[in-house]
Amino acid sequence: MQIVTPELGLIFWQLVIFGIVLLLLRAFAWKPILSSLKERESSIEGALRMADQAKLEMQELKAGNEKLLAEARMERDRILKEATDVSNQLIEQAKNKATEEGSRMILQAREAIQNEKNMALAEVKNTAAKLSIDIAERILRRELADQPAQQQLVDSYLKEVKLN
Amino acid sequence: MKRLLLAIFCFLSFAAYANEPTATTEEATDKEAFSPGEMILHHIGDSHEWHFATLGDEAHGTHVTIPLPVIAYRPAQGLSVFSSSQLAEGKVYNGLKLEHEHLVSEDGSKVYDFSITKNVASLMLSAALLLVVFTAVARGYAKRGSGAPKGIQSFFEPIIIFIRDEVAKKSIGPKYERYMPYLLTVFFFIWFNNLMGLMPGGANLTGNIAVTLTLAVLTLLITLFSSNKNYWHHIFATPGVPKALLPIMIPVELIGIVVKPFSLMVRLFANITAGHIVILSFISLIFIFGSVTVAPVTLAFGLFINMLELLVAILQAYIFTLLTAMYIGGAVEEHHDADYQMGGGDGADTAHAH
Repeated sequence: MQIVTPELGLIFWQLVIFGIVLLLLRAFAWKPILSSLKERESSIEGALRMADQAKLEMQELKAGNEKLLAEARMERDRILKEATDVSNQLIEQAKNKATEEGSRMILQAREAIQNEKNMALAEVKNTAAKLSIDIAERILRRELADQPAQQQLVDSYLKEVKLN
Repeated sequence: MKRLLLAIFCFLSFAAYANEPTATTEEATDKEAFSPGEMILHHIGDSHEWHFATLGDEAHGTHVTIPLPVIAYRPAQGLSVFSSSQLAEGKVYNGLKLEHEHLVSEDGSKVYDFSITKNVASLMLSAALLLVVFTAVARGYAKRGSGAPKGIQSFFEPIIIFIRDEVAKKSIGPKYERYMPYLLTVFFFIWFNNLMGLMPGGANLTGNIAVTLTLAVLTLLITLFSSNKNYWHHIFATPGVPKALLPIMIPVELIGIVVKPFSLMVRLFANITAGHIVILSFISLIFIFGSVTVAPVTLAFGLFINMLELLVAILQAYIFTLLTAMYIGGAVEEHHDADYQMGGGDGADTAHAH
């Protein structure tokens, strides 16, 4: 029966000592332990969340970069195409201009040649006229003296002219 | 943990060694006098001195004991404090003597015994151990902050987290934080003392009804002081019970309040005491048979039970803590939780009606 009879002394000491242990452990062990556990858990959770966020941001950044790159490529292609167009146009223009200039120059040259020719013809005509006049003068002068000689002279002059 | 187990093993082997010669000498002097019941009750009971072994026979041998202070209060004489060695072997000191480990006065007047008995000394030891161990654990947190745990800290951390997550959070709910210090202290107090009780020469503290009574009463008080309106509503007007049955239900519920901690008290006391009795009974078999040849068998069984007791030590601590948490959880449960449960019941009923 003794073992199921609680003793007053032990109850008293159990209450006192357990109470002291409870208060001391609460202050110096459980509170710091539980709070640091909580802190650690929240820090781990935070770190994980941050890692996820960083991953997401990274992906966004990568996607952005790719988009930028694609845009740049498109821009480059566009610029290149524009440049080719412009250069083709320029070449075409230059060609047209050159052709125009050429034909203009040819025309001018032709005109000049024509002028020269006309002038030359005029001169020939003048010279021929002068010569004719000279010849006519000489013939006229000889005719007065000798008929056959006159004839001979005309022939010789004609020969001269032919030779010329 | 390995070191702890090793230490326990060492102590166990020491127990076998220490018990044997003592008892064999006892047996050698008078075979008839060995009474296992008496020996076992002596071992599981409290004592005013801390007895380790007796070298030689009971009457003339040397008792290896630590005398403990006796603190007695008598209304007439007041407080008297002296060493328990003054009372050894039935001596009378200051009008006080020991009768079956009970402090009584010669003249039969009332004595209040506040002695530092073996159990109280063991209690103080365990208190010191708890303080040393858990302040060391707390220091680990202070040092490493939210870094990875190390050493003793990493051994106790999973247990603390288990108590918090599996016991407190699940049984009490969102208000668990207030009760964590009590739950953790109770758990480690019971576990440590169970283990200390398994050591040779250790006191059977958690197998003492005064200790389990105190713990159970503390649980009851905490439950009552944290109880809310809803808890009392359930007791005095149990929902779903016809009014006519209330005169029966109210006493039943009121008894229930007391029965819960009572079961806590008896469960821990009986489990630990029973374990000790079984181990001691196996060892007693050697002396009952009066032969050393049974020793290997009984020691093997004793060792097996001792291993089992190591499991029981933590199991009982867990059960006590879990049930305490559940009782507290029942007392702090919010009304809507109960409504939700009732709603579920109603739903089931209507489903049944369909």
